[in-house]
Amino acid sequence: MSVESLVSQLKTGLDAPICLTWELTYACNLQCIHCLSSSGQRDDRELSTTEAKRVLDELRDLQVFYINIGGGEPMVRRDFFELVEYSVASGIGVKFSTNGAFIDAEKARRLAAMEYLDIQISLDGVDAATNDAVRGAGSFDMARRAMDNLAAANFGPFKISVVVTRHNVPQLDEFKALADGYGAQLRVTRLRPSGRGVDSWDNLHPTNAQQREIYDWLMANGDNVLTGDSFFHLNALGPALPGLNMCGAGRVVCLIDPIGDVYACPFVIHDEFRAGNVREEGGFAKVWKQSDLFTSLREPQSAGACASCGAFDACQGGCMAAKFFTGLPLDGPDPECVIGEGEVALAELAAQPVAVSLKPRPAMDHTKPTRVPVLL
Amino acid sequence: MSTDLIAHPLLGVALALHPQVALRPEPFGALAYHYGNRRLVFLKHPDMVAVALALNVHDSFAGALTACGVAEARWPSFVTAFQSLQESQVVVVRTTQEADHS
Repeated sequence: MSVESLVSQLKTGLDAPICLTWELTYACNLQCIHCLSSSGQRDDRELSTTEAKRVLDELRDLQVFYINIGGGEPMVRRDFFELVEYSVASGIGVKFSTNGAFIDAEKARRLAAMEYLDIQISLDGVDAATNDAVRGAGSFDMARRAMDNLAAANFGPFKISVVVTRHNVPQLDEFKALADGYGAQLRVTRLRPSGRGVDSWDNLHPTNAQQREIYDWLMANGDNVLTGDSFFHLNALGPALPGLNMCGAGRVVCLIDPIGDVYACPFVIHDEFRAGNVREEGGFAKVWKQSDLFTSLREPQSAGACASCGAFDACQGGCMAAKFFTGLPLDGPDPECVIGEGEVALAELAAQPVAVSLKPRPAMDHTKPTRVPVLL
Repeated sequence: MSTDLIAHPLLGVALALHPQVALRPEPFGALAYHYGNRRLVFLKHPDMVAVALALNVHDSFAGALTACGVAEARWPSFVTAFQSLQESQVVVVRTTQEADHS
């Protein structure tokens, strides 16, 4: 079977997801301005330890090989280690994303002793100024301390996970050097206008000239750098980047959020892309196999306004979430279309009356309230 | 088809699925995941899955192909596919000569 026919098979969906992201909590010690889940405060409806274990039992039965745990900051949960250990003991490997705040020397040793565990430390700049502007004061030092602790505990090759922004594109080589210095693996992913990113995307997303820079850099370094297949919209610039070159939402990918809601992917926390909840009868398996949303995503998708573009086969129309949260139609160009169609579409949208140009807002906002000092 | 391909050295080798590999059936064949090196590999035909599962009980790759009823005309493509599985360590050369008949 050729790669093309495999991809067309995958687009019709799998019996269980390949890549399942599970956000354990909306609580977070940081409030990154591009947080795709608008995290900050815990939600009272979050799954209990028992409920979370029941979901893990289901995933084991579905033969999900590994899960990507995120948040919020997953290590905030008091049952974090209990759930990770339960998962690994069930044959489900764990990759988890963290800002590193809770990885002290003792936790680093505990993590290093576990099998089938991968760690991604988020870092969005090679210096405190670049990183902290996005992730908050002190977050650079926090991440570096966690990396130092993991290295000292001989964890092995952890991952350094970078969201590529306008401000850190010039630092890609330095990120690579930083990762190499730790014996770590670099992971770079695309910024989406999701969560708090709906308000920061305009100022953070790479310029069109930088898209070419990212593409060239990935072509030169791609074999040794993870991307979560997130840059396939760049394939219109030339030969395809490594990866499957398809949107996996609801087909091979999905998200379970902290309150058990199942979304098509981690970047679309919005009612329109909510397929169900793991607490409902039939649990996660029924949502994955039978929900109306996932069924419709597995049907052939229209190229719409992009049908006549020669690059459509290469870019596949880009990212559904990026289109949705910038207010663009799903069957049109990606806002970062490298041909420039996205910029045109965004300008046309901005020229519309306000009622038309209104962009969708994320389903929930767990941002912490701003504390205003009381003057007595 | 040439006899050279039929005589490919891999055919005489006793192979096995790596003990850290899990197979999950899918409509197109199966997904294979290697818990050790974290690689995810697609077995893109049900016959490939059958052969992969038969490896451990046969003394050679050719024996597994025959047992699964794979016509010799298709062996070269299976050799190529299993060489690539070997590269990702999903399939390994069995170290003991005894087949696992347990």
